[in-house]
Amino acid sequence: MSKNLRINKNNFIDQTTRISFKFNGQKLFGYKGDTLASALLANNIHLVGRSFKYHRPRGIMTCGSEEPNAIVQIGNDPSFTDPNVRATEIELYEGLDASSQNCWPSVNFDIGGINNFLSPLLPAGFYYKTFMWPASFWEKYEYFIRHSAGLGKSPTKSDPDIYDHQYSHCDVLVVGGGISGIISAKLSAEKGLDTILIDDKSFLGGSTIFQENECYKINSVNSNKWLANEIESLKNYPNLLIKNRTSLAAFHGYNYLLARENLTDHLSINERKGKVRQRLWKIRAKKVIIASGSIERPLIFSNNDRPGIILSSSIKKYIDYYGVKTGENISLFTNNDTAYETAISLYKSGVKVNVIVDIRKNSDSLIVKEALDLGLKVLWESTVVDTQGYKRIKSFEVMKLSDDGNNVVGDRSKYNCDCLGISGGWTPMVHLFTQSGGKLKFRNDDNVFIPDENKTPSNQISVGSCNGEFKLNEIVVNTIENLKSFLSLSNSCYDGIKIICPDEKSKRNIWLLPSDKPIGKTKPFLDFQNDSTAKDVKLALREGFKSIEHVKRYTTTGMGTDQGKLSNMHALGIIADTTGTNMGELGTTTFRPPYTPLTFGAIVGRNVGEFFDHTRKTAIHNWHVKNKAEFENVGQWKRPWYFPKNGENMHQAVQRESKAARDSAGILDASTLGKIDIQGTDASEFLNRIYTNTWSKLEIGKCRYGLMLNEDGMVYDDGVTTRLGENHYIMTTTTGGAANVLSKLEDYLQTEWPELDVYLTTVTDQYSTISICGPNSKKILAKIVPGLDLSDNNFPHMSFKNTKISNVNCRIMRISFTGEHSYEINIQSNYAEDVWIKCMEAGKEFNLTPYGTETMHLLRAEKGFIITGQDTDGTLTPSDLQMDWIIGKKKFDFIGKRSLYRSDTIREDRKQLVGLLTEDPKEVLEEGAQLVENINKKPIEMLGHVTSSYFSPNLNKSIALAVVKSGKKLKGKKLIVPMENKNINVTITDTVFYDKENKRLNA
Amino acid sequence: MFIINCPYCGERDQTEFSCGGEAHIERPKQPTELSDDQWAEYLFMRKNIKGVQFERWNHAHGCRKWFNMVRDTSNDKIQAVYKMGEKPPVK
Repeated sequence: MSKNLRINKNNFIDQTTRISFKFNGQKLFGYKGDTLASALLANNIHLVGRSFKYHRPRGIMTCGSEEPNAIVQIGNDPSFTDPNVRATEIELYEGLDASSQNCWPSVNFDIGGINNFLSPLLPAGFYYKTFMWPASFWEKYEYFIRHSAGLGKSPTKSDPDIYDHQYSHCDVLVVGGGISGIISAKLSAEKGLDTILIDDKSFLGGSTIFQENECYKINSVNSNKWLANEIESLKNYPNLLIKNRTSLAAFHGYNYLLARENLTDHLSINERKGKVRQRLWKIRAKKVIIASGSIERPLIFSNNDRPGIILSSSIKKYIDYYGVKTGENISLFTNNDTAYETAISLYKSGVKVNVIVDIRKNSDSLIVKEALDLGLKVLWESTVVDTQGYKRIKSFEVMKLSDDGNNVVGDRSKYNCDCLGISGGWTPMVHLFTQSGGKLKFRNDDNVFIPDENKTPSNQISVGSCNGEFKLNEIVVNTIENLKSFLSLSNSCYDGIKIICPDEKSKRNIWLLPSDKPIGKTKPFLDFQNDSTAKDVKLALREGFKSIEHVKRYTTTGMGTDQGKLSNMHALGIIADTTGTNMGELGTTTFRPPYTPLTFGAIVGRNVGEFFDHTRKTAIHNWHVKNKAEFENVGQWKRPWYFPKNGENMHQAVQRESKAARDSAGILDASTLGKIDIQGTDASEFLNRIYTNTWSKLEIGKCRYGLMLNEDGMVYDDGVTTRLGENHYIMTTTTGGAANVLSKLEDYLQTEWPELDVYLTTVTDQYSTISICGPNSKKILAKIVPGLDLSDNNFPHMSFKNTKISNVNCRIMRISFTGEHSYEINIQSNYAEDVWIKCMEAGKEFNLTPYGTETMHLLRAEKGFIITGQDTDGTLTPSDLQMDWIIGKKKFDFIGKRSLYRSDTIREDRKQLVGLLTEDPKEVLEEGAQLVENINKKPIEMLGHVTSSYFSPNLNKSIALAVVKSGKKLKGKKLIVPMENKNINVTITDTVFYDKENKRLNA
Repeated sequence: MFIINCPYCGERDQTEFSCGGEAHIERPKQPTELSDDQWAEYLFMRKNIKGVQFERWNHAHGCRKWFNMVRDTSNDKIQAVYKMGEKPPVK
């Protein structure tokens, strides 16, 4: 089995540097410059994987990113292992450890191979059709389907590699380093333009660089020599940046492109340490030149998927570039001249092609003549009808084509082989062009979709074979001519270039080659990775699918990791033939980014861990950390959640904190509340328009609670606003709503009411807020600001004072979110921790207890105060919240006013906020739990849900807020909260549970 | 990903902006005089045109100014930007 199929002749592989690697545990050798695929082929290994559905043995089919079969798992480290890597792209490095995917127990003996024999039972849509009923069984089916689905194995540990993002702006981006890309880059650089040239391979020159053939000459030298000189000359341009191993992933509008550069995947593991693995380039180019080339098409005939069946151009690259024979008994099957170039290359390397099967009647092109002169045998007007060999092709059978090409005639003749090259013509790589918004047109002559020059977005151009130019003279001359106008060049260094190349005259295209057997008895594969065949496509059409997008999804054609690069065109062709449509009218499926799969690492770059999202911390954060706070994320803020003492759990800590706040004093870091400074001669009028209540009469030095609605009448945000001066207010918003409220206010100011003289400034970060509440809060504050008269007369509830704490200016508001006598100290953030510590010291004798968001929520719920976003969800009006008192009915207008008496908002059976008490006072409801009235009448009507629920230590019972249909009228009504294991009886109550008379505010 | 020519700052990447929906919908001066249907028309009804559309944009991560933009939604070509209160320069 093990053979060395390497020949010693070429310039591209460093045959002095031997590299050892492992494949499926077997130790093998290759050379520096090899891909895993070329090294495997040199070791005579074709079988590398199993297909997705039928588990058929599959071999290396191509030499590039279009590879459908040879996808492998690299490594087995739970952090570094990489699934679905194309063996044709990964460069060989010392210690590479690859294994086959989608097979068990091994690629040679795969139990799943039984699916191949069951294939008549597994037609297109098998899963849709079979696992539909009974519907309740889906969960059971799913378990097995999920286990058998999927290709490689994901890493199970987080990725320790480093990934980078980099922005780049350039005049010209050239995508692709083949001959047209090289010419483009040189013309652009020559003109002095800031140019980037990217290519996904480790070397430049595309397929021309190894085209060692006397038939192709540019300026009297062989095209490969000429191109090598051109590539060498690119080094002279400091304004040209060349990026190898860089694959263009996406081409968005306005010439914004993403490219992934591989920096270490070709290095040995030891050389990678501390280096960036991949870099995602975000390129904004003034002009883009697409030179992405074309890929060869396979031919569609029965059993065209066996290991050893390879695209003929790939066979040529393996022999000419890597010096690897893909077999010792090679035959070729073609519909065009490409295969003859392969045959000539093989001949020069000492491999005589056994036979060339050509579906054309003849060809008088130069290259065919050369092949015939070498004595190669050609079977004209013939087709391969079947192949044999399970894990490697052994033989193929040929029949004569009928005149019209629709049938086969005569007898089968059999030829032995260990490798069959297939060549179905060329498909321009138009992915990037269409991603950018360009539209394609169909060229009937040679059945290709090419960029429509009239529907090309501006500032881009496609050149070379991706533009449908396949002959060397066309490629070179047209690229130069088109670029002259694209880049506004009057002349170029290539003027007067002379090209000699063979001229292909005859072409013949048959999408699905005929067979002597009915199609049901054949297996002509279209999508090699997803195992969809021509008969699947035909079945889909018979079942009524018409749109190409539907056929694709139903048959999964083109939905693998290769996205059908190889054979989507054949699927289209067969659909067009079967339905009698012109392919141009049929169109293609949508080409979506990325062109080849991206790693998650490349997508997220450095934005992982603590850099994934911003974390906002208050100025007092360090104190909280030192005092063992548990934190809660509120928006991007870290807020103390509770402060556990002596091993308390959350419940115990919250009960203690809540009790302390009402019995003596509690202290809360409220710095995260949004703060907006509002100034201007129309500030009062502005507040009138954005809040539901009236502001113009608010005295200077007083505070007022305001409710803000959306224009649809639903509660949007709330908070206390203080009048600091005649034309100066400071507004507080909810923590999470701060940024949106500011945006909304700016929006109205700038767009609806530009006549108002109002200026908004966010000061959330500039001021910190310390809230002290409880019956002893006044005594504590008196110690900190001894000069301030704290009498109710001088400093009543809902008022504010400017004062100083240790010579630092501060604003103290007497406002309360807990229902207790309470103060909020607003101070410049850089003094906040100091002041907080002063408060703690002053409060020591009063058991001043720091509390977090959970206790804050509990205390306000005892008072029935809402939290917008928790008790409201954008569907509740002030009236729904039983807050009619806050609507300024006499006001001419405010945001949302008109919506408050729309037919829908005045419905009486809207969901409305109520209080709930449980029958068992120890039973705490779950927030989000549903409320129903009658558990027996089915379907059970859902009346509402619990929005807030706590055990109140101050009332020694469970309390909850809820929204309930017609809730306002249902006071005293008994409802049921049905839970998984029990039904909880509750009674609807008032929303205020504690201190209904608000006596404690002035206590 | 557009490049938007903010009328105050010049050309910037789209990531700096946020879109505020259809432009030139004026908030009624006297909402109380409108019927439910007329108010609903203002409140909810927005065009979603394939073709030339007038939009409000905000340079949210820049100067924070609102302005108007004329964009062809079929190819994302920006035909004009102009300040709030100004008449559209194209029809």
